[in-house]
Amino acid sequence: MSVRIYVPCDSAALAVGADAVAAAIVREAARRGLDIDLVRNGTRGLLWLEPLVEVATPAGRAGFGPVDAADVGALFDAGFIDGANTHPLALGPVERIPYLARQQRVTFARIGITDPLSLDDYRAHGGFAGLENALALPAADIVAAVTASGLRGRGGAAFPTGVKWNTVLQAPGADKYVVCNADEGDSGTFADRIVMESDPYMLIEGMAIAALAVGAARGYLYVRSEYPHAIAQLQAAIGQARAAGYLGADVLGSGRTVELEVRKGAGAYICGEETALLESLEGKRGIVRSKPPLPALAGLFGQPTAINNVLSFAAVPLILAKGAGYYRDYGMGRSRGTLPVQLAGNVRRGGLIELAFGATLREILYDYGGGSASGRPIKAVQVGGPLGAYLPESQWDTPLDYEAFADRWAVLGHGGIVVHDDTADMGRLARHAMAFCAAESCGKCTPCRIGATRGVETIDKILDPDAPAPQRERQVTLLRDLCDTMLYGSLCAMGGMTPYPVLSALNHFPQDFSQADMPRPGRL
Amino acid sequence: MQAPLSPAAADTVAAAVLARHDGRQDQLLPALHALQDAIGFIAPARVPAIARHFNLSRAEVHGVLTFYHHFRAEAPARCRVTLCRAEACRSMGADRLLAHAQRTLGCDLHGRSADGSVSLDPVYCLGQCANAPAMTLDDAVFARVTPARFDALLAHALEADRPAPTHPGGPSFLPEAV
Repeated sequence: MSVRIYVPCDSAALAVGADAVAAAIVREAARRGLDIDLVRNGTRGLLWLEPLVEVATPAGRAGFGPVDAADVGALFDAGFIDGANTHPLALGPVERIPYLARQQRVTFARIGITDPLSLDDYRAHGGFAGLENALALPAADIVAAVTASGLRGRGGAAFPTGVKWNTVLQAPGADKYVVCNADEGDSGTFADRIVMESDPYMLIEGMAIAALAVGAARGYLYVRSEYPHAIAQLQAAIGQARAAGYLGADVLGSGRTVELEVRKGAGAYICGEETALLESLEGKRGIVRSKPPLPALAGLFGQPTAINNVLSFAAVPLILAKGAGYYRDYGMGRSRGTLPVQLAGNVRRGGLIELAFGATLREILYDYGGGSASGRPIKAVQVGGPLGAYLPESQWDTPLDYEAFADRWAVLGHGGIVVHDDTADMGRLARHAMAFCAAESCGKCTPCRIGATRGVETIDKILDPDAPAPQRERQVTLLRDLCDTMLYGSLCAMGGMTPYPVLSALNHFPQDFSQADMPRPGRL
Repeated sequence: MQAPLSPAAADTVAAAVLARHDGRQDQLLPALHALQDAIGFIAPARVPAIARHFNLSRAEVHGVLTFYHHFRAEAPARCRVTLCRAEACRSMGADRLLAHAQRTLGCDLHGRSADGSVSLDPVYCLGQCANAPAMTLDDAVFARVTPARFDALLAHALEADRPAPTHPGGPSFLPEAV
């Protein structure tokens, strides 16, 4: 009887040497004449432990990590393939690691457990049950189930998914499309990447259900070029799903056609904005479109299009498999279901934490994250990506809930959290936000295109240590005025949200902009 | 990194790549990706043929090529290094790593080492934010990069004239070492 050993193949594990660990385990087992069965699973999301090697034992899967290839000989010596707990890297049963045990894994329930490309694994863990149910339902009933679940877009804007799909379903159009926005370009986010690399069939199933719900026969997954491994996994998974009849001209013998295709982005952050993404899919520069018309009415190639984030589609199979109520019963207020929190940056235990809405930022930072990686005090926490606000300690008791964040002039967005310790220079980070906007602006609207460039220049004048205080104060006034123009005058969130990191840094950490007193108007 | 193609061979490859993509405009980006993957870059001199194939103006093709950071107009360096410059990596010493890379290579971002063998470019997020800082070397991603690891990875790539052997993994991984 061979012993099953798991070594993740998600890119976070690969980036810290998982392939070398896998090779070392195979080599060492052969040298010792031991019979092993090596499985390349997805990631558990305990990313500080990667590569996290697991050994199947009668008592469950025993974890060891983070494992370096050089540790493998000693792990064998310590009897790790019998699940012995004596090696310093031993973690005990993985399911009982508090970081994982305390989560509410709903969308990520299967992730890290299975071989991402094994259809048998996927089916054995509940896969395709949602699609099978959806095939037996009229389109309007699928939409009604998604509406009743309370699912809101997980891309950041939090628009109700069922309402969007209903618009597409009702819209007249010769062809309709489903499009997956997999252009996850925000620093501090990796949940989409984990879904694509570690459970691609879930995304495929969610998109197939969406296609049935809105009356589309074709779907596109637009994946950023910085994620080559995710692209390869999706392409392999789509090929196998089609061969097994879950996609193609006759989905599971239903006579329904659902074709999916992966399209590779080309390094433009703005293509994460849905209308710029559609332009890019059409072969053009990723220039933002004016809305209306909404993509739901006139999207890809001018046709009604359901465009959603990876996590939105990924939540759908379970809703169709277990019912709307199952999902809706998680969460608080109008934020239903779970939020895959992505904890990153200067934190001891960074990773993916799926929780019902409502946990506080402080719980995430300390109970899960264990404080800063550097051991220094945490100073500022940016939530919701590079266009999200920096929150100071006084705001860390905010619950993870869209409305609660909005009340504090912050954004929860897709739940990406980046931690900075007290060495962070908030003036430099504010400048970075403006410089990033200047580099990545699509250029269509003036507040973003010119505003960001002027913003960099203005912050440079504020940060100039030789500038006299009155001059600096004038520049701060100018910067606030410029941010106001960008907030209310930009065509999309790129220019419209860049003021969030800039102004929150200025308001909460004025000492990083000047030793002198800064003007601080009451608003914002 | 593959050996550069001769101009004649590159023309042949380009014609074959274009022939695989029909002339609908939504095939433009897939075609440009395929061209760059096959030849290494998309020379400005190739724009007229691309424009003809897609029934677009040269300005439209030029506009697309220059809008996207991914496309290169010149042959790539033997080793391509990108360093993540986004917030999570900054919080974990990306600035120090960049300074080290600049000293080691003797060039700034968007530049090349003195002998032209290594290019150094910024990238904004590789999805490795929990194990920052991150970089790529050719097409492989590396996380928790220290200056010492940077030096080791670069030395390995330059010595072996190929990327370090850790990517891609996944189910295609076969332990041929045993």
